[in-house]
Amino acid sequence: MSRNIYLLIFILALFGFALWSVVPLDRNVFGRQGLRLGLDLQGGSYLVYQADVTAIEPGKRDEIMEGVKGVIERRINALGIAEPIIAVQKQEGEYSIAIQLPGIADIERAKEMVGRVSLLEFREQDEEDWIPATGTVYGEELILSSKYFKENTYIDVDQYGRPLLIFEWDQTGQELSEQITGRLIGEQLAIYLGDEPLRGEDGHPIAPVVRSTIRDRGQIEGLSLVDAEELSRLLNAGRIPVPLGRWVEEEGSEVFEPEIPLYERTVDATLGADSIQKSILAAGIGIALLLLFMLLYYRLPGLVACLSLGIYGVVLLAIFKLVPVTLTLPGVAGFILSVGMAVDANVLIFERTKEELRGGRSLGAAVETGFNRAWTAIRDSNITTFIACIILFWLGGTLGAFMVRGFALTLFIGVALSMFTAIIITRTLLRLIIGSQVVTNMTAYGVKR
Amino acid sequence: MIDFVGKKHWFFLISAILIVVGIISLAVFGIKPGTDFAGGTSMTLQFSPPVEQAQLREEMANLGYDKATIQNAGEGDFIIHVTEITSGEAKALAEKIGTELNSHARITDYYLASPRVGAETARNAGIAVIIAAVAMLFYIVWAFRRMPKPFRWGTCAIIALVHDVFIIVGIFSLLGWLAGVEIDALFITGLLAVVGYSINNTVVIFDRIRENVSKHISTDFAVTVNSSIVETLGRSLNTSLTTLFVILALFLFGGATIHYFVLVLLLGVIIGTYSSICISSQLLVVWEKREWGALLSFAKRAG
Repeated sequence: MSRNIYLLIFILALFGFALWSVVPLDRNVFGRQGLRLGLDLQGGSYLVYQADVTAIEPGKRDEIMEGVKGVIERRINALGIAEPIIAVQKQEGEYSIAIQLPGIADIERAKEMVGRVSLLEFREQDEEDWIPATGTVYGEELILSSKYFKENTYIDVDQYGRPLLIFEWDQTGQELSEQITGRLIGEQLAIYLGDEPLRGEDGHPIAPVVRSTIRDRGQIEGLSLVDAEELSRLLNAGRIPVPLGRWVEEEGSEVFEPEIPLYERTVDATLGADSIQKSILAAGIGIALLLLFMLLYYRLPGLVACLSLGIYGVVLLAIFKLVPVTLTLPGVAGFILSVGMAVDANVLIFERTKEELRGGRSLGAAVETGFNRAWTAIRDSNITTFIACIILFWLGGTLGAFMVRGFALTLFIGVALSMFTAIIITRTLLRLIIGSQVVTNMTAYGVKR
Repeated sequence: MIDFVGKKHWFFLISAILIVVGIISLAVFGIKPGTDFAGGTSMTLQFSPPVEQAQLREEMANLGYDKATIQNAGEGDFIIHVTEITSGEAKALAEKIGTELNSHARITDYYLASPRVGAETARNAGIAVIIAAVAMLFYIVWAFRRMPKPFRWGTCAIIALVHDVFIIVGIFSLLGWLAGVEIDALFITGLLAVVGYSINNTVVIFDRIRENVSKHISTDFAVTVNSSIVETLGRSLNTSLTTLFVILALFLFGGATIHYFVLVLLLGVIIGTYSSICISSQLLVVWEKREWGALLSFAKRAG
């Protein structure tokens, strides 16, 4: 008996905490607010590009792809898009980069930003404006940029321990640098990343005064160590061409097609809102019918099942919020399906209990036997669903369809929690009711005697 | 007591008919691959005021998209699958169609998949289904390892699983022919979920047979199996019913995006329940009693 009381306290505490974390949904719990919605529910774009890494030696590819990710992150942040999710995927030696842009309106602009190769540009002052610093090599006017860096940049520290970003010019770069620094002695030379000036640790744009002509190598001072490291990675990536696009087959051979994504999906925010509304309506009707059926068919145990289902729903929602699990439309279907399946464990137990009652056992004994005998069936049958979910999760990772994983994840979590609900919550509640001997009439348990 | 095992030949006959019809449909009409498998662009067009599907088809043909698949998604929405066009081209196309049809067309969902990934996706989906079947076979063999010939139990469950998959794929082949319904990654997702669910049901019945065999309730295996089916019938039907409530609600009110995904689940739960009550355990009996010959002669008579 005391064990049941402890369990009840545990269940109530769990329920209370879960309820507190999801009502209201945007309460800040461990830094999480609201549910994380997939692009199909909140609107937004999803892009997958393959990276052409053939020009890069295999050992360096991982690092360079991380650099590419950083470049894209920086560019997208500059567009003012909230919470982009960017991931590098590696499969069978091929690299791709998946970009989720929630709620973006102008996908064309986003694609433009993603496609560009990252360059540091050196600029000189022209009255108020900063214009690209140019020089003439072989009769051609060229902009001094990180395009002409030799090999990879690296980090060093000066005598005071401050980080320095070291770079070396290639032949063209040497020519350009000599001309430009020779021309700009005593003046400032600013460094731009895209359209933004590079800023130092103090927040000011980095624009050192040229003291002497520089030919071979240079260094950038004033960056924090973290920024310097990131910039070095960016430069190493931007300098070496890693075109983003996709591989296509043309006349039997593989050709790289730049700038066109492997997958692209854009969902309108109104469609997302509509989907949410419809899902809530469907879930409401479906679950209401289900609860009604359980009540009418199983009576008192049905009521207990409804209670534990209520707890189940709230705890599941709290898990989705706190993990957090990204909810997609199929994910919501998975969630609703798992509620249907959560009932299954209860049904198994109740049917078994009824059988035992009909077989002449006492109420307490029938419930205990019902639970014990039903357990093997619950365990064995749910494992097959777990197997399906795990395979789906793998499959989802190989696809452009981000929705598949959402379904597999919510169904898996849902089924796992449903086993817990049936075995711990329903059982404890039923034991307590039977133990208290409030209801002893057999018809309340759906059995005629 | 209902004699589920005694009527096994009739169940087998019904299933055989369903499967054969499905296979014929597959052979004749094939199956319409969606954007995930065929590549290209699919988009949902929302018209206000609404337009007729025939009008839209005609207009698409006029604009050179006579091979486009057009699916009515209800509420003035159409899902269109064409060969690859960029989001910019799609926007222009939508505007043009809107003007021509005296309506306003808005793209609410744009999806492009490279044709190259399609084949890979199809391959991966195939691998996933096979791995799922093999993994479940091993799992059931393991779960029933204490029974004599556990491999037999696993095989019967997998036959029922394949049976479910064939019927659902057959129905979608027919739907593709009748209503332009396409198969996408979500279809495979639904199929795998259903496979898990169907095996789940089968395992519950097998579990009861296992228990009744060790209780020696009858010397006749057919009787043991039949009482196991009948004893678990309440559970089987109630579980399916509760699951059907929620799926049906999703099917009716859940919106177009997951409409056919939910249909897979709906069909899967119904067929999965049928196959676990009427097929898998019966196969076990046929195998145990070596009645394969009798089955064939029945097939001959029925044929």
